[in-house]
Amino acid sequence: MKLDRRQALVLTGSAAFIAMAGLGVGPAAAAAEDTEKKIMDFTGGKAPESGKISLTAPEIAENGNTVPITVEVESAMTGDDMVQSVLILADGNPNPEVATFNFTALSGTAAATTRMRLAKTQSVIAVAKMADGSVFMDKKEVKVTIGGCGG
Amino acid sequence: MLSRREFLMATAALSAITGPGLVGKWSRAAAQQALSEDVLLEFEPFGNLTLVHITDIHAQLMPVYFREPSINLGAGAAAGLPPHVSGSDFLKLYKIEPGSPHAYTLTSEDFAALAKTYGKMGGLDRIATIIKRIRSARGDNMLLLDGGDTWQGSYTSLKTKGQDMVDAFNALAPDAMTGHWEFTYGADRVQEIIEGLSFPFLGGNIYDAEWNEPAFDAYKMFEKGGVKIAVLGQAFPYTPIANPRWMFPNWSFGIREEDVAKNVESARAEGAELVVLLSHNGFDVDRAMASRIEGIDVILTGHTHDALPEPVLVGKTLLIASGSHGKFLSRLDLDVRGGEVKGFRHRLIPVFSDVITPDADMTKLVADLRAPYEAELKRELATTQGLLYRRGNFNGTFDDLICQALLEVREADIALSPGFRWGTSVLPGQAITVEDLHNACAMTYPAAYRSTMTGQMLKDILEDVADNLFNKDPYYQQGGDMVRVGGMGYAIDPEGAMGSRVSKMTLLKTGEAIDSAKEYAVAGWASVNEATEGPPIWEVVETYLTSHKVVTPEENRSVEIIG
Repeated sequence: MKLDRRQALVLTGSAAFIAMAGLGVGPAAAAAEDTEKKIMDFTGGKAPESGKISLTAPEIAENGNTVPITVEVESAMTGDDMVQSVLILADGNPNPEVATFNFTALSGTAAATTRMRLAKTQSVIAVAKMADGSVFMDKKEVKVTIGGCGG
Repeated sequence: MLSRREFLMATAALSAITGPGLVGKWSRAAAQQALSEDVLLEFEPFGNLTLVHITDIHAQLMPVYFREPSINLGAGAAAGLPPHVSGSDFLKLYKIEPGSPHAYTLTSEDFAALAKTYGKMGGLDRIATIIKRIRSARGDNMLLLDGGDTWQGSYTSLKTKGQDMVDAFNALAPDAMTGHWEFTYGADRVQEIIEGLSFPFLGGNIYDAEWNEPAFDAYKMFEKGGVKIAVLGQAFPYTPIANPRWMFPNWSFGIREEDVAKNVESARAEGAELVVLLSHNGFDVDRAMASRIEGIDVILTGHTHDALPEPVLVGKTLLIASGSHGKFLSRLDLDVRGGEVKGFRHRLIPVFSDVITPDADMTKLVADLRAPYEAELKRELATTQGLLYRRGNFNGTFDDLICQALLEVREADIALSPGFRWGTSVLPGQAITVEDLHNACAMTYPAAYRSTMTGQMLKDILEDVADNLFNKDPYYQQGGDMVRVGGMGYAIDPEGAMGSRVSKMTLLKTGEAIDSAKEYAVAGWASVNEATEGPPIWEVVETYLTSHKVVTPEENRSVEIIG
């Protein structure tokens, strides 16, 4: 997605409420079950489908401390065709919860851009919860590398 | 692996439907031992426009020796497919006679002997002759496109911060370029050069890191031969990872496939009848991209330095691989009608410097550019008894020499040298000059560091680089080759998973297994970290050569390939 500065600002602002979960420095890396549980807590136990939501993230992070991601959900944002919220998880971080974006009809579009810290190579997961109760998921592996030997 | 027959069927399919091509003619041309400029450049013009592609010249103004790799493994779906075919397999695949001129240019077989017969390749004055000749045949119905890695890789380019190449390429007058190593001159210098270019520097995948918006033009529209052409530029996606990000902190790169797709759509909406991707992605990334994005007619590939005598066809997309270091130019004639490619004719033109007449204007320009440095360029440091070369997945004799120098001069247990694919060859019996040495290490972050690393850290580095090279998904590969290691042997299973490819790490001087907890003295160069300390690598190698006036490269047996 190509955005100019103003559009990008509008889009970020359009997420009416952004809850950032700080990266807790836990003793153990998030287990797959932990991530799975977070998804189930968010969806109310419903297995997410693919489609509707698209997550854009770099294949290889340029800087693991600040990895830009964009999430977009196809939705008219009216009536039943409404995105309620989007959960972002990083399954290899000590605390997998990265952010939850909540949307309203006033959001206009269900899209958001943020930056996150990734401790190591892992999957970034985005789950969207719709007003009609359906849930959708997209996932992308982001590699965190030492770098420096290509050419 | 695709058989020669299947492979030809794939490319012939398009040319059979759409008109005559050169496919198949190559083998006849290859069988001809007689070389002349007319034979090399003979090309019956075809269709309504011509693309000429040059890429990865790495600042080689003069003819050079450049040995192709003897090992160039492909990962995942690319295993065994061109360009991951080398040596005698390559000769068989393309029906090239061993010992022929084309065998010399395209493979490593008998390289040192054939080099003496067929001479050096490239040279910008020879390239200028070829371009002028095509221009005179095609008039204005031609685009000359430069895939980047143009400004870096030689003594003179380092001293002039790329200006020698900028001046020489301005004289060649390309229509567009993209880049990679260009950025290692730093953002200010890159911007300064771009402002003075008479052609666009394209890079749709380069973003302003702060505002997350495009920082460069993604494409340019041309009209040639009555055809509207969009040329999209794609810079090397992992420039800030493979090279020092601190030198251009405000630019972010990445593959950004969704942007490429969107730009193809916008170009088509603007009326483009032909869409060309001028790419520095690397061949396997381009092959994947061609299969995932609709509407790209031609990808001019770069970065991975592959030279292929025939296009690779992916769906309806032609992939062209034009080699490196000025050894080759690709000429692609296209018949574009009704917004469609109806046929093509292609030739990978080998630039035999002893056969192609130098262009006098360019000869003079290059001589003028080099004049202030001529004495230093020629200064002899030592003599080599064997062939010095770089290309290969795991090692090259020039890198072995650099590693030896690091071990001895920096008094280290283990040496690391990056797996660059640029750098020229020196023949047995020849002197190693300052120019030769700089062809292997001229760059803007040359500090030869010395530090201690645990066995675990060394393992992590090797695994990390191996995954950048052998990840089964090309979008996760960075190109380049395996980091070269001196003083330590190891085994590698390229098909293994991340973290489990490397084993049997052994300290060569004692024969002991590397202890993951123990610290070792490690010397290396080209760190991407800011404020790395140490003398420039060329000083380290020069110091080493003052006490080793004759070097004897030997086959490197310290890397065992398993699996």
